[in-house]
Amino acid sequence: MTTVPAPDSTPLPANGESECAHPLAFRQYAICLGGVVWREALRFLHQRERFVSALVRPLVWLFIFAAGFRSVLGISIIPPYETYVLYEVYITPGLMAMIQLFNGMQSSLSMVYDREMGNMRTLLISPFPRWFLLGAKLFAGVAVSILQVYAYLLIAYFWEIEPPTKWGYLTVLPALALAGLMLGALGMLLSSLIKQLENFAGVMNFVIFPMFFASSALYPLWRVKESSPWLYYACAINPFTHAVELIRFAFYQKIAWDSAAAVLAYTSVFLIAAIRAYDPAKGLLTRKGG
Amino acid sequence: MREEAPALAVKNLSHAYGARKALDDVSFNVARGSFAALLGLNGAGKSTLFSLVTGLFAARGGSVEIFGFDIARQPGEALRRLGVVFQARTLDLELSVMQNLLYHAALHGIGPVEGRRLAQAALARAGLAERANDKARDLSGGQMRRVEIARALLHGPRLLLLDEPTVGLDIKARADILAHVRDLVRTQGLGVLWTTHLIDEIDDGDQVVVLHQGKMLASGAAAGIVSAQGAKNIGEAFERLTGGATR
Repeated sequence: MTTVPAPDSTPLPANGESECAHPLAFRQYAICLGGVVWREALRFLHQRERFVSALVRPLVWLFIFAAGFRSVLGISIIPPYETYVLYEVYITPGLMAMIQLFNGMQSSLSMVYDREMGNMRTLLISPFPRWFLLGAKLFAGVAVSILQVYAYLLIAYFWEIEPPTKWGYLTVLPALALAGLMLGALGMLLSSLIKQLENFAGVMNFVIFPMFFASSALYPLWRVKESSPWLYYACAINPFTHAVELIRFAFYQKIAWDSAAAVLAYTSVFLIAAIRAYDPAKGLLTRKGG
Repeated sequence: MREEAPALAVKNLSHAYGARKALDDVSFNVARGSFAALLGLNGAGKSTLFSLVTGLFAARGGSVEIFGFDIARQPGEALRRLGVVFQARTLDLELSVMQNLLYHAALHGIGPVEGRRLAQAALARAGLAERANDKARDLSGGQMRRVEIARALLHGPRLLLLDEPTVGLDIKARADILAHVRDLVRTQGLGVLWTTHLIDEIDDGDQVVVLHQGKMLASGAAAGIVSAQGAKNIGEAFERLTGGATR
């Protein structure tokens, strides 16, 4: 047992004494957002294994899976590509989206963990509105996922996988932000529905794998349509397909309008549902006893 | 009117999880600058009450006001006047003590420069100034609690809520945390609601709220409750009130 030195008697700060309401200023919102992003970045830096595994996962797909399948799967010329492309080039946008998918689910896992451990409460007793706190947390997660994607692109560059012009690295950024928001909001919604950490493995099986495989990440949808129309329809409504296509086109300095609209719509639905789930009056958190 | 509002006013508070009633018509006040103990066994409804007061859940019935601000209607105003120490350890173990405090400051809209100044003062008050750069993981259980108290007071609230803050601590650390909080009440005029199931943490002069199976059985000065029950001490009074429920 360590001995605690005698405390000094510095008076407490007096902010809490004011009797009148003071709305929070815009500057304070910015400080709060900055603080949440800063903490998320610090946590990420402290979890080196998380960074390494986030990077290794797509690289395994790229170096092993894609290398093995490049001769089996022929890709015809489909937009946004104007020539035949190697299979590695085709699956790169899917792998970028996969990084974000895993990151979104990882954030949701950490939210369930935080909730079980009580850390979530320190966030939720902040005086800022809850939608803003959840939005800040989401934003922080997206920022971290974008860093991971660029780290992947750097390695892919040395494998000669790059956009047609260097501008592609810039034009893909808004697409990554939007796709990250959608997948992060989905993760947040799932985190409110999962009562305990143990249930999370199920989410991996029932959310990540179906979303990834029933999408245009690994094969173009026309190929899916040839083998099974039903699977094609499932792929076509899969939010992940639209995230992949949005990224694929943006990487080639083009905009996939229908995918952009779909991603925006899915983001709104997931976000509204997540904020609702964390709302104290309507929220699902109340189901938990205490 | 707010100048006269108590630090905490709980009015006819009720809550249920599905069909199970967790709190039934509970009302009490915590006066400014006073130490109040919420006494009850495990499952008495203390944690539910805590979640309702901090706005984590919305109550099914009744209201909670912090310095006159209703937690349901003006949650921002109520929460900024409130400091909370949860039962579970909520420090980020991977981060340093200072980083934990700066994160809390940001969550209250306090920037890093002002946050650092307040954090240093808060750590000095807790007697942990020299541990600022240590990882939270390296602190003892008692020190973590002191940091959590320092953190809860960083933004200058005048009401501090502590949910069973001494659970899991050794005897010396328990006494130390209790003395630290009582000292804050005495010297700084802080209002405190201290949740516990440990009778020996209660002094004769404290205000006590006895909670049992979601119902409030008694509220008032400890000495008054003891004499009303014709008991020798608060422990015996508690036994009589709860019908001999074992501790």
